[in-house]
Amino acid sequence: MGKRVAVVGVGMTKQRSSRPDVNGQELINEAVRMALDDAGMTRRDIDAVVIGNMDHFEGINYVDTWSVDGSGALMKPIMKLTTGGTTGSTVAMAAYYHVASGLFDRVLAIGWEKNSESDTTGAIITAFDPFWDRPIFAGAVAGLALEATQYMHLTGATEEDAAYVAVRDRTHALNNPYAHLHINLTIDDVLKSPYLSWPVKMGDMCPRTDGACAVVFASENAAEDSPQKPAWVLGVADRHLWAYTSDPYVNQAIENGWWFPAMEWSARELYDKVGITDPLEQIDVAELYLPYSFAGLRYMEALGFCGRGEGPALVRSGATDMGGKCPVNPSGGPLCSNAIGATGLIRVAECAWQIQGRAGDRQVPEVKVALATGFGGCFWSDILLFGAEKPEKVRG
Amino acid sequence: MNEEKKQLITVESGEAEQPFRWSAGIYGSKFLTELRDNKRFVGIRCPRCGKVYMPPRRVCGPCFVELTELVPVSDEGGIITYTVVSFGFVDPATGKQKPVPYGYAAIKLDGADTYLLHFLDETDPAKIRVGARVKAVFEEERTGSMLDIRYFQLLERP
Ligand SMILES: [Zn+2]
Repeated sequence: MGKRVAVVGVGMTKQRSSRPDVNGQELINEAVRMALDDAGMTRRDIDAVVIGNMDHFEGINYVDTWSVDGSGALMKPIMKLTTGGTTGSTVAMAAYYHVASGLFDRVLAIGWEKNSESDTTGAIITAFDPFWDRPIFAGAVAGLALEATQYMHLTGATEEDAAYVAVRDRTHALNNPYAHLHINLTIDDVLKSPYLSWPVKMGDMCPRTDGACAVVFASENAAEDSPQKPAWVLGVADRHLWAYTSDPYVNQAIENGWWFPAMEWSARELYDKVGITDPLEQIDVAELYLPYSFAGLRYMEALGFCGRGEGPALVRSGATDMGGKCPVNPSGGPLCSNAIGATGLIRVAECAWQIQGRAGDRQVPEVKVALATGFGGCFWSDILLFGAEKPEKVRG
Repeated sequence: MNEEKKQLITVESGEAEQPFRWSAGIYGSKFLTELRDNKRFVGIRCPRCGKVYMPPRRVCGPCFVELTELVPVSDEGGIITYTVVSFGFVDPATGKQKPVPYGYAAIKLDGADTYLLHFLDETDPAKIRVGARVKAVFEEERTGSMLDIRYFQLLERP
């Protein structure tokens, strides 16, 4: 049995295409100072720090050491994590584990990235096997395009269905001052945007972003002393599978009854731990790592919000719009800001703000349960649930 | 150059190189030498679940047992999913722009249970189908790399 844990402080930089006015440490410091102020703490109150990014995006290793002045981790326990697209959500989960173990009371989670400092596609390719993957792999865009083709083939979904997701998230971001992209897009704009890798178009893809996010996780006692309403962690789950970039298309998984195995498996485990039987009814808002529009269809199915092939109808029904049954990505999500190492943690931060009623113009009314996800690499998955009410039990 | 760019300094990593030397292992080497010398594909069968992995690996993840039985795999197969890459990007292996557009697919070779990502000889998505048959076309000069396969040729087009 774990200890109860809550998010009690959140900070993030405005997400931007390029921040030549700061180096990594200075960017991190902006988010950390905001999170500490938000939690009513100073760096002295922090027992340990968990930090993450993708080293090879900036080409500078060991952020855990060189950022200590900016992160506030000087002479404190610190752990660095890099798990690809899930880095930000993994950082959140590790900070949660630190506190849930009972060993630490206040842990600072930090995720950041300066995608402007390298070629993102080239850098992503170097994350994969030098013999089997790198000579052929064309990075995230083409990998996701293969998923999109497979999804359309299996379900009959269309490029227009995906465009609904692209427009929804861009429309939501107009309410979010932290978002990188503030653009009014129509379905037609998305459909007429140039192909990057058929069937994925410019309008379907996330941008490359510079940004940082910091979140303070606190034990039950520390949370109850906090100036902010605690956003309680109800539970987390994650699954990894696949060795090589071609493996995710293995339809043995689909033949064996799994649709998107890592996400489906982690969702089932988490819902079972927390008592979610009908996600669409029981979850009030979701901040999902949607790196491209088609993910906003298939992930809804993998997360159990609807049946297989029903993602397009769910999205078109308006159920995931602001004012719908379960708004998805009120912040605009990664389709509007994708500073990769920060992105998963921003989902957590947005969930905390939603539960605390502090999400400004993007606030969903009366949020009791909020879902955050991280997505990465060869289709692996992190999932976190947050609640307004303190959980009875904390199950690992 | 605008005023901000003049005042905010950036530096590029330049022409510096840092070479690496990676090991393919015994089975990986066998796969690549067969490709290079005989234009043949080799897989490896799991003694427990019977699944054939290609390229060969030492461990079946689901069974967590060691694999030893190398088996031949065909140079023909079917398309599982595909795309046509049209955005430009720098290939980190060469430092050069990848020549776009090109067809790109997950291919299941006959006799293998896993898939291979590789190039197609077609750049019009309307001419490619899930399930279409393909056959490997090899380079004349082969070095023991996945790029010894020039591309997979579509054997059928709608
Ligand atoms: Zn096996």
